[in-house]
Amino acid sequence: MTKEYKTINEIKGPLLFVEKTEPVGFSELVEIRTEKGEVKRGQVLDTSNEVVVVQVFEGTGGLGKESSVKFTGDVIKMPLSPDIIGRVLSGSGQPKDGGPPIVPDVEREIAGAAINPAAREKPRAFIQTGISTIDGTNTLVRGQKLPIFSGAGLPHNDVALQIARQAKALGEAESFAVVFCAMGITNEEAQHFMADFERTGALERAVIFLNLADDPAVERLLTPRLGLTTAEYLAFDLDMHVLVIYTDMTNYCEAMRQMGAAREEVPGRRGYPGYMYTDLAIQYERAGIITGKKGSITQFPILTMPGDDITHPIPDLSGYITEGQLIVSRELHRKGIYPPIDIRPSLSRLMNSGIGAGHTREDHRAVSDQLYAYYAEGCDLRGLVAIVGKEALSERDRLVLEFADAFEQKFVNQGRDEDRSIFDTLDIGWNLLQALPETMLTRIDDHLIKKYHPRYRKKE
Amino acid sequence: MEVGTGKVHRVAGPVVQATGLKSHMYDLVLVGEEGLMSEVIGISGDKHVIQVYEDTAGVKPGEPVKETGAPLVAQLGPGILTSIYDGIQRPLPQLIEASGNFISRGLFVDGIDHKKKWEFTPVVKKGDKVEPGQTIGTVQEQLLIKHKIMMPPDKRGTIKEIHSGNFTVEDTICVLEDGTELPMIQYWPVRKARPSRIKQAPTIPLRTGQRVIDGFFSLAKGGTAAIPGGFGTGKTVMQQTLSKWSDVDIVVYVGCGERGNEMADLLHEFPELVDPRTDRPLMERSIVFANTSNMPVAAREASIYTGITTAEYYRDMGYDVMLTADSTSRWAEAMRELSSRLEEMPGEEGYPAYLGARLADFYERSGRVTTLEGTEGSISIVGAVSPPGGDFTEPVTQNTLRITKVFWALDSKLTQRRHFPSINWLDSYSLYDLALEPWFMENVSPDWNKNKRRAMEILQENAELEEIVMLVGSDALPEDQQLTLEVARMIINFWLAQSAFHPVDTFCPYKKQFDLLKAILEFRDRAFDALARGVPTDVILGTPSKDALAKVRLVEDYEPELARVAAQMESEFKTMS
Ligand SMILES: Nc1ncnc2c1ncn2[C@@H]1O[C@H](COP(=O)(O)OP(=O)(O)OP(=O)(O)O)[C@@H](O)[C@H]1O
Ligand SMILES: [Mg+2]
Repeated sequence: MTKEYKTINEIKGPLLFVEKTEPVGFSELVEIRTEKGEVKRGQVLDTSNEVVVVQVFEGTGGLGKESSVKFTGDVIKMPLSPDIIGRVLSGSGQPKDGGPPIVPDVEREIAGAAINPAAREKPRAFIQTGISTIDGTNTLVRGQKLPIFSGAGLPHNDVALQIARQAKALGEAESFAVVFCAMGITNEEAQHFMADFERTGALERAVIFLNLADDPAVERLLTPRLGLTTAEYLAFDLDMHVLVIYTDMTNYCEAMRQMGAAREEVPGRRGYPGYMYTDLAIQYERAGIITGKKGSITQFPILTMPGDDITHPIPDLSGYITEGQLIVSRELHRKGIYPPIDIRPSLSRLMNSGIGAGHTREDHRAVSDQLYAYYAEGCDLRGLVAIVGKEALSERDRLVLEFADAFEQKFVNQGRDEDRSIFDTLDIGWNLLQALPETMLTRIDDHLIKKYHPRYRKKE
Repeated sequence: MEVGTGKVHRVAGPVVQATGLKSHMYDLVLVGEEGLMSEVIGISGDKHVIQVYEDTAGVKPGEPVKETGAPLVAQLGPGILTSIYDGIQRPLPQLIEASGNFISRGLFVDGIDHKKKWEFTPVVKKGDKVEPGQTIGTVQEQLLIKHKIMMPPDKRGTIKEIHSGNFTVEDTICVLEDGTELPMIQYWPVRKARPSRIKQAPTIPLRTGQRVIDGFFSLAKGGTAAIPGGFGTGKTVMQQTLSKWSDVDIVVYVGCGERGNEMADLLHEFPELVDPRTDRPLMERSIVFANTSNMPVAAREASIYTGITTAEYYRDMGYDVMLTADSTSRWAEAMRELSSRLEEMPGEEGYPAYLGARLADFYERSGRVTTLEGTEGSISIVGAVSPPGGDFTEPVTQNTLRITKVFWALDSKLTQRRHFPSINWLDSYSLYDLALEPWFMENVSPDWNKNKRRAMEILQENAELEEIVMLVGSDALPEDQQLTLEVARMIINFWLAQSAFHPVDTFCPYKKQFDLLKAILEFRDRAFDALARGVPTDVILGTPSKDALAKVRLVEDYEPELARVAAQMESEFKTMS
């Protein structure tokens, strides 16, 4: 029924220009067969009576004017069934673990329709990650998208793995299902993830998509879409709480820039396409909870900031879409602190709905604010001390400076396998605040001080 | 006009070219077999360029394009309040009914319910002459909001028949001598401003209950404010806080290309939040447009216009309306995306050359006006701006600042210190300042402006001193300057800082704002007196009442507490040596 065409007029980078076709639908899935019989997949980017532009996911290597093109009349879909759990797939969704193809119960369009905002449930279930800088000061809730902004050579993968291992809802034994999407990471990094998943048994409740550094760049544009379509199936069909980790978003964006250049589009900031915000939003917004559904999707995108520059378009646009960000700091890493999360530029915007009485503890917000305030002030004072020396500081300033040092050592720093409860985290915070006079605790209501300050608690 | 059908010629994302159409610019057309809602945005040769409000996957060349003969209109009438719409005024709850939890395509849903009956009470009678914009009757739309049914802005005549009773918005409720039959519903093209008679001077403040705004950089009723800031600096929280507490009758919240979870948050909170002025849920006087970042860009582009059109409609009834747009940068980006697909000549940073003009047209639709009918209504606009990299020199921020009169500059340094609202007190400004001073003197205190200026001066001096401190440390400063640093710290931490999430402090009445600042300034005067008497600074700075002052703002019934702290302060300073 569907015709094959041998009317490729031009091949440019990842693009094919096909002429003299019957009408072809926008976004249609395309199959291209090389003379040698190899089949590649692509998607229609532009369609008119004169010419159809196709982007080829597996690269245009081996294609020529004699290759034949088949328009399938359908958009790209992901085959899904419960058997997908535990599988390792390629960046374009083909089995990579030697197992059989997925026999689908359902097939879902990977483009992903927008969740109706009125159908969304407000995320408010606290997730305990066991990491103080997250739970205490940048609390994560179910249904949130919280990226890790990092830099080359920093231990962001360890942080992501620790989160995947330890994350749980308070009072619930069930752990998260994990969808892991690798985009353009090295084989070694991928091995690191896989080994950890196997060691901890996480693989049994995970679906893995691997597009590695030597796989075609255009394929990366598919990987998160396949992963998120799978996540939606697990969450909203199978009622699972799903954690999606994808790394590295920077490689995904580079692929997008490459495509834009190939299409000779007017570039936006620093050469990235003008629609990058919208494209990223379409991925990141596939997190959340739907009213009446049991499952949820929580996202942890990881991206390395080119040149550690947070104003670079990739972290910048991500920060404008996600519900906060965790910043991995080179400076803390150099000091030997793990996890080197700098809480000052980090933020969890959904924190408020997941903390406090009934969620964590009533003093959570106040303690967090107070820790922040003095840690930030202490860090500023370090700059001053470098110039004028400690002696020039007032007594108050000296206390704040010492607080900041202790904060890094005791609160931020913890073991790679150390799983702190939220109550431990808050108590560590109080113990640090105890070093300051009570009158300096201006962000904490008196009744909370009376109830939780170690000085009063000891008396009990 | 006779409506015809053309054919799709080319599809590239949200932009479609079609042949064989006679539609005019901005006319609505329905694209493809599914009839996707679309708008004509360009005409070139025999081709119409069309932006599609929905995803175009699967649309093929040759598919039909149906004309409608009319531009994109808003449906105006009873039933708008409490609604939650997408960018083209489709009610989102009805879309769930029609297509489930994910938004699918080709759905048309009326902006207001055409079946529901409302009780219409006429206020004119047979034989009366009626003018454009004149109220001909009322409907109790919400418990506290009376909806005026007005003559369309382009119609006048003599009443031949007028009915009273229960009607749908489509039923004829009035017939004019010339035979015109009027239903309650009006259709208004969203890109065209609804007319009013005169724009009035901005002499009344919009009370927001936020100290840094009311106290330092106040917005006038009918005024415009821009709130630019990098990600996470507090634009959304501020806009939601303003929607909750400002003394306006109607709130229009346009979520333009932002987060789904944020909209969910708002949609859960507004119906529960009881408005202290009326004791009724805030939602009863709100209209929400939620076209999130992952929803089609063309509808995002339209959302600002549908939002402002509904705002104008309630203004025309004589209400004070506030429209917040979060974020106008996403709107500008939608324009940029569509413009680049049209292959227009790009201006600065790829934005279309008409960016400034579009922004100006939008903000121009604000104002305190005398309506066609002669009553007074207002639209105040607060627009969030999301500059890339937090850099205010970019085109959207710059073009916006050329138009808006109030600038609340969000500062990521303050955010990092968790100082909220992170509005920088040195960079921000309000050009309504002078015009509003008389109102504050008359209605709050004759000392309002004096105290404000004193506080500003202290902060200014503080900024200069801080530079010195960075070089030599604070201990090296003379004692009076150390005191100034401390007083500035008090103004910043006890007065300018205000948590949107604290049950009491989220809203601060004018009187409380004034009293708190006055108390800090009194501390300052006493401190300098004591210093002149020879009291050492560390003794002054150790005053217990100073720390007690920090917490007064957190107390609902603050006056007795403030009086107690003031008395304590007085006695402490008396005995100080
Ligand atoms: N007035 C405030 N009081 C307390 N906390 C605040 C206040 N304003 C902002 N915050 C904190 O800052 C966080 C980020 O604020 P918000 O979401 O408003 O940022 P934004 O400027 O809208 O960011 P984006 O541009 O990414 O949307 C909030 O989640 C909240 O924790
Ligand atoms: Mg925001």
